[in-house]
Amino acid sequence: MSTERLVAAAPAGRRASRRVLPGFGLTLGYTLFYLGIIVLIPLSALIFKSFALSGEQFWRAISAPRVLASYRLTFGASFLAALVNLVFGLLIAWVLVRYRFPGKKIVDALVDLPFALPTAVAGISLTALLAGNGWVGQILEPMGIVLAFRPAGIVIALIFIGLPFVVRTVQPVLEDAEKELEEAATCLGATRWQTFTRVILPTITPALLTGFALAFARAVGEYGSVIFIAGNMPMVSEITPLIIIGKLEQYDYAGATAVALVMLVISFALLLLINALQAWQRRHAGAPA
Amino acid sequence: MTSLRPKTLLAALALSASGMALADSTLLNVSYDVAREFYKDYNAAFIAHYKKAKGQDIRIDQSHAGSSAQARAVNDGLAADVVTMNTSTDVQFLADNGVVAKDWARRFPHDAAPTTSTMLFLVRHGNPKGIEDWDDLIKPGVQVIVVNPKTGGNGRYAYLAAWGAVLDKGGSAAQAAEFVGKLYRNVPVLAKGGRDATATFLQRNQGDVLITFESEVLAIDREFGAGKVDVVYPSVSVVAENPVAVVERTVARKGTAELAKAYLDYLYSDEAQEIAARHAIRPRSEAVLKKYARTFKPIRLFTVAQYFGSLTEAQKVHFNDGGQFDKLYLPGKP
Repeated sequence: MSTERLVAAAPAGRRASRRVLPGFGLTLGYTLFYLGIIVLIPLSALIFKSFALSGEQFWRAISAPRVLASYRLTFGASFLAALVNLVFGLLIAWVLVRYRFPGKKIVDALVDLPFALPTAVAGISLTALLAGNGWVGQILEPMGIVLAFRPAGIVIALIFIGLPFVVRTVQPVLEDAEKELEEAATCLGATRWQTFTRVILPTITPALLTGFALAFARAVGEYGSVIFIAGNMPMVSEITPLIIIGKLEQYDYAGATAVALVMLVISFALLLLINALQAWQRRHAGAPA
Repeated sequence: MTSLRPKTLLAALALSASGMALADSTLLNVSYDVAREFYKDYNAAFIAHYKKAKGQDIRIDQSHAGSSAQARAVNDGLAADVVTMNTSTDVQFLADNGVVAKDWARRFPHDAAPTTSTMLFLVRHGNPKGIEDWDDLIKPGVQVIVVNPKTGGNGRYAYLAAWGAVLDKGGSAAQAAEFVGKLYRNVPVLAKGGRDATATFLQRNQGDVLITFESEVLAIDREFGAGKVDVVYPSVSVVAENPVAVVERTVARKGTAELAKAYLDYLYSDEAQEIAARHAIRPRSEAVLKKYARTFKPIRLFTVAQYFGSLTEAQKVHFNDGGQFDKLYLPGKP
């Protein structure tokens, strides 16, 4: 992947890359058409539904104290969970790529389990584990650490479902990273830490950021696994998707779509920000010293 | 190619016509979650009854999920022939959108609710906290598990039962508001739906008392073994009606109006009422109610209409955003 990027960064490469795949117009047209049908039309339906509200109603729906508290919780917990996954996902990817040990294939497959598991199952099993009478909960609660039915429980559920995103985006990049560069760094007298921060980290940072963004985006939209462990107390542990469901239960379609729209806009802005960060990082890392 | 067209068209027409003929004897009953077992038994009984009466074989499909979610699905186009819900607001929503008849509540006896249920307390075996009535729920140190009235019909009835219990004793609206506010301050976890609340109370061992439908008690005994929880009958509770309606939009298209009506009518028969009673759903028939007196202990009941006008009215005043519940319930504040 790093070599590809070097080619792309070269001025001649950009023009050449057009010729690699024929039919640029056709493929781009297809891409836009497909994305339009699959992504844009459903999302614009969301926007049109919220048009049923007047400006003032819209504002009231999206800025009620309960709703504001839920944004804070949803985005805060998602950010925290994605951050944890960033660190530990990298660690897991590193171990999977750089070491050989018995049962490696099984560990590798385990990483994907949160992908495949119905999220409700994840939520129910995590709650069973962490509640006061669960295996983990009964040890922790006497020590004063209460996880289930608290915001902490939400973060744990979001860490669980977000883990594969970081591991699976970082893993292939680490595999492609050239060992010779590290060896060269060691030959030139770099310490292990210097090799990691100056040689390895710049290579994998774009992938790390992508993994972070994916884990974060997934966590923001997560419903099934959170609902069982959250306790769902308004102002305290109520996530925004639950607010949306609550509005639908009272047949307030417009209010629900208004809140959904806010989530969409914030998520999109954050993803754009992360993308920009990635591009910036790539420029800096890509520029040879 | 073009010469083939009329033939294909004809074939397609014949196919769709035969499909319609088939569809005539098929009903889709869209219902709420916990009625699954009841309607499984009821459908078998109705199919046998219909075969005997009309000599026609029919098939009945079931669809179950949260009551409001089901109502939204039907509104958005799910081709239900009949809806059988646990809250009249869900049927009213369909009536407001012209999917079921405007006067649906007068199409069948007892406000089109062939069965009812009520809200009771479940406490841990032996009733360690000595919970006997509504007033015990607001004592300090008592933890109440209840469904969020914003996300579940179960929770709305629990709220209305608590509110009405105060009015029933001659209390004022202000006293009722104070009582309900105190009650929800004793709630450590707001469950999303009925089954969620049951799991929280029994599997996670949260709370001292669970407010839930009478019909849930049987399911809990079956699932977790009898004797794990005790049932407490408060001095007074609310009648929770299970309304039914024919989905006019679908039956007009499929030609199943007669069958759909027969299906709902038969819910009022003694046989159907007994099946309901066996599932701990309160029958309307006095005779059956008496026969199952062990399941349905006599309890003073008030209807939603008595104190709240209607469920639709209650929804507006109490549960919609900015309503009473939002005002009373200030969580995070002790």
